[in-house]
Amino acid sequence: MRYALLAYSNVEVRDRIPEAERRRINAEIAEVLAQPNVTGWLRLQDVESATTVRREQDRTLLTDGPFVDSKDYLGGFILVEAENLDGALAVAAELQELDVTAAIEVRPVLEQELGGA
Amino acid sequence: MLEDVFRDQWGRVLATLVGILGDIELAEDAAQEAFALAAERWPHDGQPENPTGWLIATARHRAIDRIRRERTLAAKTEQLKRELRDESEETMDEAATFPDERLELIFTCCHPALALDAQVGLTLRTLGGLSTEEIARAFLVPFETMSKRLTRAKHKIRDAGIPFAVPPDRLLPERLDAVLAVVYLIFNEGWGGGRFDLVAEAIRLGRSLIELMPDEAEAHALLALMLLGHARNTARFLHGELVLLDDQDRSLWDQHQIDEGHGLLEQALALHGSGPYIIQAAIADLHLQQPRNWEEIELLYRQLEHITNSPVVALNRAIAVAELEGPEAGLVILDRLELDDYRYYHSTRADLLRRLGRDDEARAAYARARELTQPGPEQRFLDSRLADLPESAEQLPDP
Repeated sequence: MRYALLAYSNVEVRDRIPEAERRRINAEIAEVLAQPNVTGWLRLQDVESATTVRREQDRTLLTDGPFVDSKDYLGGFILVEAENLDGALAVAAELQELDVTAAIEVRPVLEQELGGA
Repeated sequence: MLEDVFRDQWGRVLATLVGILGDIELAEDAAQEAFALAAERWPHDGQPENPTGWLIATARHRAIDRIRRERTLAAKTEQLKRELRDESEETMDEAATFPDERLELIFTCCHPALALDAQVGLTLRTLGGLSTEEIARAFLVPFETMSKRLTRAKHKIRDAGIPFAVPPDRLLPERLDAVLAVVYLIFNEGWGGGRFDLVAEAIRLGRSLIELMPDEAEAHALLALMLLGHARNTARFLHGELVLLDDQDRSLWDQHQIDEGHGLLEQALALHGSGPYIIQAAIADLHLQQPRNWEEIELLYRQLEHITNSPVVALNRAIAVAELEGPEAGLVILDRLELDDYRYYHSTRADLLRRLGRDDEARAAYARARELTQPGPEQRFLDSRLADLPESAEQLPDP
């Protein structure tokens, strides 16, 4: 099965981590991401760069910032191939141990084709 | 009679079907059909030689029929056809070929990715064979709520790929703890509220666990702990009223269960267990002795506190300390604990305050405990304690 690991961080916590520490953590995370069961990943720019598109009173409205207004933000996501949930949870736990301030949401991928039965 | 057979067979049959069909809901529907058919046929035709095998084989036929009928499950049919291709009809009815997969099912139902109340409900439904209605009644929630909770959990197991397997060694200790915790929670739910159906069910599940995991010390210890508690059941709830341990009629204790509990505790020790359930079983055993050895009890609670870091354990240690050094010393420990929502915290505090003659404070603490207690024997006990306190001299606000 495929799983998406959604890595959440917190703005306040993020700003407290020194640059050198961040680089060290990132290097370790890169090693996990190089594992063969990790089939893809994306890192997102800071949440301050987000723009949200939505509809209000029949007009498309743009707002500055993320959809969910919160100190917690989605920092990136990782695609993992695993036999079952335990396999995906193991990768999430590994990442979480490296970046202890992150929380990782594990979601199974919906493999059904869009529009298909 | 037939009901007993069904009750005994349900978990065994269901587990095997989950293994074959790969889906709890599908397996449950199929099992239900097979049991209904058995209820219809067995009274006339007689019970088959191998009831388990008959039920599994029948349920499997039913499930395959249903899958074939349902076009939307075409993919699953293909998979099943492949799996069943090599098997002839005869081998399908051979009971000996069906493995007992209850252990796999327990670990699925008690997977930590499921909410604890869902774990408890699912375990009672799948392994205990309780109906959704019975579980809802046991936990005092509406049928709809419990039904939704169970369905949601079953869907999560399917959609999130929660494994149907005994966990690998590196995960086993943690996952076994989760299984034991679910069974013990069921026991405590019944024990506190005087719900003997739940107590009996927890003991039944505990027996299955040692049957399935004969080398796990903590599984033996958990069953020992439950039996040593349950042995006092009749004496503890005399004429529907709660009787404290020191006031219990010891001739009403079930010596057979006490002996069995002792045997299990010894077995757990022989398996070199040293976990929290062994310590708790040992404490339960010490509580049965007269006079009670509070020093040893305090020592074991201290050890347990060290392992679990639990404030509830600290609360229990405070009771032992109060016996050894006086109620004041117990209160000192209680004041450090954050257990404001725990009824036994307030009832324990109330008792120590009462013994110190601090009646107004005791009254307030009993009242708080009462607020947190469901109607029933425990609440009536608290009422009687409140009534026994001398009238307060003047109406002072609660301290």
